[in-house]
Amino acid sequence: MEVIFQTWPWYFSGFIIGMIMMSLIYFGKTFGMSSNLRSLCSIAGLGKRVSFFDFDWKAQRWNLVVVLGAMIGGFVAVHYMSDPSNVSINPETIKQLSEMGIDAPNGKLMPEALFGTQILQSPKIIFILLIGGLLIGFGSRYAGGCTSGHAIQGLSNLQIPSLKAVIGFFVGGLIMVHFLLPLILN
Amino acid sequence: MKNILKYLVVGFIFGIVLTKSEAVSWYRIYEMFQFQSFHMYGIISVAILTGVIGIQLIKRNQIKDIKGEAIVIQDKEKGSARYWIGGLLFGLGWALVGSCPGPIFILIGAGFWTVFIVLFGALLGTYLYGLLKNKLPH
Repeated sequence: MEVIFQTWPWYFSGFIIGMIMMSLIYFGKTFGMSSNLRSLCSIAGLGKRVSFFDFDWKAQRWNLVVVLGAMIGGFVAVHYMSDPSNVSINPETIKQLSEMGIDAPNGKLMPEALFGTQILQSPKIIFILLIGGLLIGFGSRYAGGCTSGHAIQGLSNLQIPSLKAVIGFFVGGLIMVHFLLPLILN
Repeated sequence: MKNILKYLVVGFIFGIVLTKSEAVSWYRIYEMFQFQSFHMYGIISVAILTGVIGIQLIKRNQIKDIKGEAIVIQDKEKGSARYWIGGLLFGLGWALVGSCPGPIFILIGAGFWTVFIVLFGALLGTYLYGLLKNKLPH
């Protein structure tokens, strides 16, 4: 039982994620989460104004069901399968973060300083979350995929365009963490 | 109904694994980009390795999908600018809020309500791309 509550090891988790993609391929579909954002825009009626959203989102309904399942999975994992030993990141990382005013995990998935409900009183943090989301939405559609579509499925299928996108993901991530984040948070 | 159920189950397992492996955690993404842990690199590498082997097995044995039809995995469109620039912008956002599109939904499901702000931003970004699509280099 113990293993359910601990952090799941990378080799097991990576294998299951790979198998999830393989299941979707076996169902005749593809692995890609960011496409759902486009479907949601289409459901919101944006297809009347912008042709990019004028497509048959109902053919993508299966992917929205995957997302719904993932949300339920997240709920179950956080509420019934967690343990204070979780998110035991590198002590060096914790030290660095505390210098930027970010609280240590102590079993939490997300820092209070950025995701606690008190941030609703901080226009700065709200703006950070909004801009982060904007970059994710814009970037993934521009690049034609995100971590699932490019990093996992694209690289698994040995696609050069996906390799370019994934290098882009990492360069962007490194710039943010090493140069921009310290400026933003201080 | 059974048709829908299998997607729900796959999604459910996806949500559990991403949460239990902590790939949805802002801390894990930060730690990864600081090269202070192998954990995330391990997850991504094993997922890709599993996929490479799986897809090669499908291609070599011409395995059919659940409906008995040939499995065709579409190649990504050729191009450069969209992948480099789009990828870079995505990476900036990924590292800032520590979540990519899958985890955004998983975290909201888990009850992290402030992630709704990230989702709203992501929808806005997607809309913005739709608006500007024809003016951007691809």
